[in-house]
Amino acid sequence: MLLNQFLILGAVLFCIGVYGVIARRNAVLVLMSIELILNSVNINLLAFSLRNGSADGHTFALYVIAVAAAEVGVGLAMVLLMYRNRRSIALDELAEMKG
Amino acid sequence: MLAAELLVAQNVGFYLIAAIMVVGALRVVTSNNVVHAALWLVVVLAGAAAQYVLLAAEFVAITQVMVYIGAVMVLFLFGTMLTRARIGAETDLNNKNWMLGIPVAVLMLATMVIALNDGFGNEQLPLNAAPVDTKTISDQIFGAYLLPFWALSFVLLAAVIGAIVLARKD
Repeated sequence: MLLNQFLILGAVLFCIGVYGVIARRNAVLVLMSIELILNSVNINLLAFSLRNGSADGHTFALYVIAVAAAEVGVGLAMVLLMYRNRRSIALDELAEMKG
Repeated sequence: MLAAELLVAQNVGFYLIAAIMVVGALRVVTSNNVVHAALWLVVVLAGAAAQYVLLAAEFVAITQVMVYIGAVMVLFLFGTMLTRARIGAETDLNNKNWMLGIPVAVLMLATMVIALNDGFGNEQLPLNAAPVDTKTISDQIFGAYLLPFWALSFVLLAAVIGAIVLARKD
């Protein structure tokens, strides 16, 4: 198998995730797009780990999974808080968060 | 290229799973229904776990299934349940200028594909690579990468406390 086919799959998933972050207005859907991006990173880490014959990529893929779980926990807590205060989770209505 | 190096079954499996993953990811970012988007995300995450098995990473694949499909998706569905009055299709899930995302994503994808083809062209993955066993990974986590592991445990602790503080009613 080619190394490149895994890397290009990761690139395609990354770009779809970036499109989701830009295009979506609903906060939960933006968090889902971030999950797509983190998964494409994991595919790249494991592909290079197999190519180099080392286990470093596996270790960091596990770290990325743990950070993603923490991020979803805090992110959904923020979304719940936003919904409780404003009855809406549309990101473009959060004008007071501008500096 | 020798016939033995082609790995027909693995390649067919790869392209089948990759096609399912790309379709699922496109549905995640285009679906009009938050619950459907979450269920398509399950398809993408399961496909990623299958690709990890193809990359000889069984432990990471099992962790992906348990953490993502088991825990993170339940969190997403709970978040959807708690923040929306009704389950069904919605019309205002996208930004007003969502079209802007298409050229950004296409340009970025074109740049990355050109760079990857330039850098790794026809490089083959090693054949008959032994799977990385869990003992090696644990030796690395508790050996060479112990400091990031500590940092990660502080991140998880801070995330747990932060989530409780944010979501608490008072």
